[in-house]
Amino acid sequence: MTQIAPLRARSEAEAARFPALLARAEHLAGTVLLGEHGRRRAGMGDDFWQYRPVQAGDELRHIDWRRSARSDTQFLRQREWQIAQSVTLWVDGAASMRFASDDSLPQKADRARLLSLAIAILLNRAGERIGLSGADLPPRRGDAQIERLAMALGQDGADDYGAPQTTGMLSHGRALFLSDFLGDLDPVRKALTAAADRGVRGVLYQILDPAEESFPYRGRTIFESVGGTMVHETLKASELRDRYLERLAGRKDALRHLCATTGWLYGTHHTSDSAQSALLWLYNAFDGGHGR
Amino acid sequence: MTIGPIGFAAPWLLVALAALPILWLILRAVPPAPIRRRFPGVALLLGLRDDDSVSDRTPWWLLLLRMLAVAAVIIGLAGPILNPQDQAQANRTGPMLIVLDSSWASARDWPAQEDLLESLLAEAGRNARPVGILQLSDPEAPVFQSAETWRTRLTGLAPAAWAPQPDDYENAATLLGEENFETRWFSDGLAREGRQTLLDALQDRGPVTVHESAVPIYALTPAVVEDDALRLTATRANPGPARNITVEAHGRDPSGAQRLLATQDMTFEAGAKEATTLLSLPAELRARLTRFEIAGQSHAGAVTLTDDSLKRREVALIAGREDREGLELLSPLHYLEQALEPTADLLDGSLSDVLPANPDVVVLADVATLSGAEQADLLDWTDRGGMLLRFAGPRLAASDVSRSDEDPLMPVRLRAGGRSVGGAMSWGEPKELAPFPESSPFFGLGVPSDVTVTAQVMAQPDPTLADRVIAQLSDGTPLVTRKRIGQGQVVLFHVTANAEWSTLPLSGLFVQMLERLAISSSLALPDLAELEGTTWQPVQVLSGSGVLEDASTLPGVDGTRFVEDVPGPDFRPGLYDGPDRRLALNVLPSGTTLTPVSWPANLPVLGLDRPPEAALGGWFLAGALLILMADILASLGLSGRLLPARATMSALVLALLLTPHMADAQDSTMTEADEKALMAASEVVLGHVITGDRSLDNAAQAGLRGLGETLFFRTSVEPADPVGVNLETDELSVYPFLYWPISPDQPIPSEEAYVKLNDYLRTGGMILFDTRDANVAGFGASSPAGRKLQRLARPLDIPPLEPIPEDHVLTRTFYLLQDFPGRHTGRSVWVESAPADAEQVEGMPFRNLNDNVTPVVIGGNDWASAWAMDERGNPLFPVGRGFAGERQRELAYRFGVNLVMHVLTGNYKSDQVHVPALLDRLGQ
Repeated sequence: MTQIAPLRARSEAEAARFPALLARAEHLAGTVLLGEHGRRRAGMGDDFWQYRPVQAGDELRHIDWRRSARSDTQFLRQREWQIAQSVTLWVDGAASMRFASDDSLPQKADRARLLSLAIAILLNRAGERIGLSGADLPPRRGDAQIERLAMALGQDGADDYGAPQTTGMLSHGRALFLSDFLGDLDPVRKALTAAADRGVRGVLYQILDPAEESFPYRGRTIFESVGGTMVHETLKASELRDRYLERLAGRKDALRHLCATTGWLYGTHHTSDSAQSALLWLYNAFDGGHGR
Repeated sequence: MTIGPIGFAAPWLLVALAALPILWLILRAVPPAPIRRRFPGVALLLGLRDDDSVSDRTPWWLLLLRMLAVAAVIIGLAGPILNPQDQAQANRTGPMLIVLDSSWASARDWPAQEDLLESLLAEAGRNARPVGILQLSDPEAPVFQSAETWRTRLTGLAPAAWAPQPDDYENAATLLGEENFETRWFSDGLAREGRQTLLDALQDRGPVTVHESAVPIYALTPAVVEDDALRLTATRANPGPARNITVEAHGRDPSGAQRLLATQDMTFEAGAKEATTLLSLPAELRARLTRFEIAGQSHAGAVTLTDDSLKRREVALIAGREDREGLELLSPLHYLEQALEPTADLLDGSLSDVLPANPDVVVLADVATLSGAEQADLLDWTDRGGMLLRFAGPRLAASDVSRSDEDPLMPVRLRAGGRSVGGAMSWGEPKELAPFPESSPFFGLGVPSDVTVTAQVMAQPDPTLADRVIAQLSDGTPLVTRKRIGQGQVVLFHVTANAEWSTLPLSGLFVQMLERLAISSSLALPDLAELEGTTWQPVQVLSGSGVLEDASTLPGVDGTRFVEDVPGPDFRPGLYDGPDRRLALNVLPSGTTLTPVSWPANLPVLGLDRPPEAALGGWFLAGALLILMADILASLGLSGRLLPARATMSALVLALLLTPHMADAQDSTMTEADEKALMAASEVVLGHVITGDRSLDNAAQAGLRGLGETLFFRTSVEPADPVGVNLETDELSVYPFLYWPISPDQPIPSEEAYVKLNDYLRTGGMILFDTRDANVAGFGASSPAGRKLQRLARPLDIPPLEPIPEDHVLTRTFYLLQDFPGRHTGRSVWVESAPADAEQVEGMPFRNLNDNVTPVVIGGNDWASAWAMDERGNPLFPVGRGFAGERQRELAYRFGVNLVMHVLTGNYKSDQVHVPALLDRLGQ
């Protein structure tokens, strides 16, 4: 009995965030204008595509009599081919994502959720099915799925660094991994190769805080990971800067190489940049895929 | 142990300063505390080693700060004392006598003497020494009391305005008693007889120390009249280097207040003890002088008071005949001019020119008749204290003046013709003067035997004659008669002012008589004989510091003391009122020289300033604490735990940037009224007159706001926020429209405000008067607001009025209206009446009316309340009931819109009347 009230309060507090996130994501997605994009060729679908003269082998019942009556030849009415892809998202919810070097900047996790939800909304509008890997949320269509996504994205992970999950990923589908990829690289490599093995292609999007790019620290400092599991002490943080940046560049190179070998796309985003440009980049990354 | 002026109570503690370098070595090895930072990129950092394994050093300035703190603690504990006193001297025991000269010369350094006295008494109190104080300017037997008792009485000691005299010193020497004591003598630095006697007596009883100020002292001796100027003489005791001093002349201004009238610089040549200068002042100014003072000296010796001796009387000389030009010795005024020239300012001119200058004396030499106006003026002037001196002569003798009735300006009636004696055609010898009676002002003057009278005018015997005679001839005929008129008097010499009728003007007696009549004032002090038996009452006396104090409680002094005595406790320098004049007694008589005192060589002579002993330990320890506080801040700053430095800096920069702007704002000379006018001039602003009734003003403000909102919504007039207009201070011409609600108790504007209001009405402004009483009285005087309106509007330049006619342009400037309701629905609203010859043209809906905007609209419908809106646009006051009420409010708004349109656009709607004519002319 006593448990219910705090549980209710907590759940309401939690739930209160989702409409906000959803609204922001809708707002962000609203900046990209698109209709329901067809395949640009005839096929199964609801929308009119073209009239085509009847060729041998066409069934009679496919003839559009109204069009044919206006001319001497018979025409078929073709509908645009519409087919849905399944896109599986993986958003890193680990502790390392809950970091912002400045109060004016959003946390990386926040930006990652916003971007993922916004691209989900866009893809949903384009008629794709969206799911979340590892969260028991198989790809589906519809606004209800968006809300389920928003609900699932709000859950924080307990680990210090997240590892991509491939469970629930459909073969020959598409995938989007959002993380800072600062943790161990092995799980990433494993997940990507597993995905490539199943014919899944996608986008690897690295979200970094500006402080992680510039390392603006000086003096005697103890660096802790956000979860507190890793500690590194230095007497002169400024001396470490160059070597840290070297290692960061190495990590980016490794990721880029990994993507190149598995046929994925690799992108980097900083939380100080606008979310809209990141969304456009992501949308192009997927849209470009359609075109090919 | 002492270092410079600082001594140490525990000097051995200073050895600890040697340990400071060791502290340096210890302190420098401590690294600053690490900062904990959350950083996801730590995974990439793992395994990176620091290049430099040596610990970070404390910055040198932080080390220095800490060293300073430790050094301050060590020095503070060592007990530093500023100006430590000589222990041997401080620890003397036994009674101490403090001898004060306390003369005028001590007054300048009195604050310093008091300080020293205070510290001496404090020291004596610590050593439990009994103390006696002996003031030489008023010596009394010294009483030895505890120093604390004296300290409470210290403020009661003050320097005197006089100097101790030789017998004061001797007197003091006899008062000393038999006991032995140490003596501190506060000398004023001036040599006086008798000092040595007292010094010997004091030295018999114990050691003597003299305290004396080294600052040179300047004194001023009384000013002397020399030719037309005043000679000022200053003197100093020590003939030092050349030095400039400034003498200030103070006096009354025309309103009677004390004021600085003039300043004069004076130069002491190097080695000279005396400086002198001439101060030339207009007679008017000179008569008002009260004292001279050397600037910045502030002692009684630097002040000299002036009395009547500096004043020169103004005498107007008017003669009856001017026809014998060139014959100077026969001129009726020649001898008067000769007698008065040295001591009086003579005025020439006609009587009507001279009287406005308000001379002290008017002399009429053989003037018989005066015009009526002259006579009245002269009588008035005499009544107010003037002295009219008349001389007889052939004209007076031949005229009918004061023949049958006594002339108001003659002391006696005269017989016709007069008489002449001892001439070729007459019997008898020329008459001599009789000795002056006691009641006469001339009593005491010797009568020279060669003064004879050959002709005179004769007084008619009257009951009052005997009282009025102040000099007579040996046969008893009056020679000089006097009559008092109000505060003044008229004196008649029965002979001429020249030597025609008598030899009196040739004699010295003539001058003396004039002097006695206070026509010419003598410069010198009255002589002993004159002063004998007189009593002089002090009016104001000088304090030692040269300030005049009221002296009405002091007893009077015998007149002879002014000649024989020097100032003392019962004869204090100041101003004294005597029988017929005022005397000033100055500290220094003329010709005084000051001599510096010369003490025996073996006598210790000290200055007055003795730096007080001050323990500095507390300051050092407090300083150490402060440094440690700074160290805390610095350490926090170093480890990054203080406020982010950048934020602090930007806040500081922001503050610096803001400050000059604020200063600029304060510098701006634009007044509030100017700003208000500027604002009103750049927008359309509706104004309401501030009545002083808060709720009424608020309602008017809200009403105009509501009207403004309505105009904004419905028309192209977009008014700014309405403004309360203060008729007294604000510029009216910037407001096109003023709403003036009438309350029975609002103040009537001033004359200037009415001038502004009339200007405003004449130059196209409009005032809406609102009695707010539904016009129940029909603008009669039977309602309080109506009465008030009548009073307010009476000084206004208002044209003839009429109830608003049906075809007035106000009924159609924006809306078509026939009623003008506000919160009330009173009937008549009054506007400027149409010209009498306005005729309605056939076929026109309205008359061709006047071309002006009506300057006033008078009504009582309380429009402001109907218009009033709060900030959200809700009406503030109910109007009527239900829908009809809302309709009434709507009509009120429409009236307001029409009114403002009428003000702003004039009567162009009326011009529609010309349209047919215009169309006709265009040939359509």
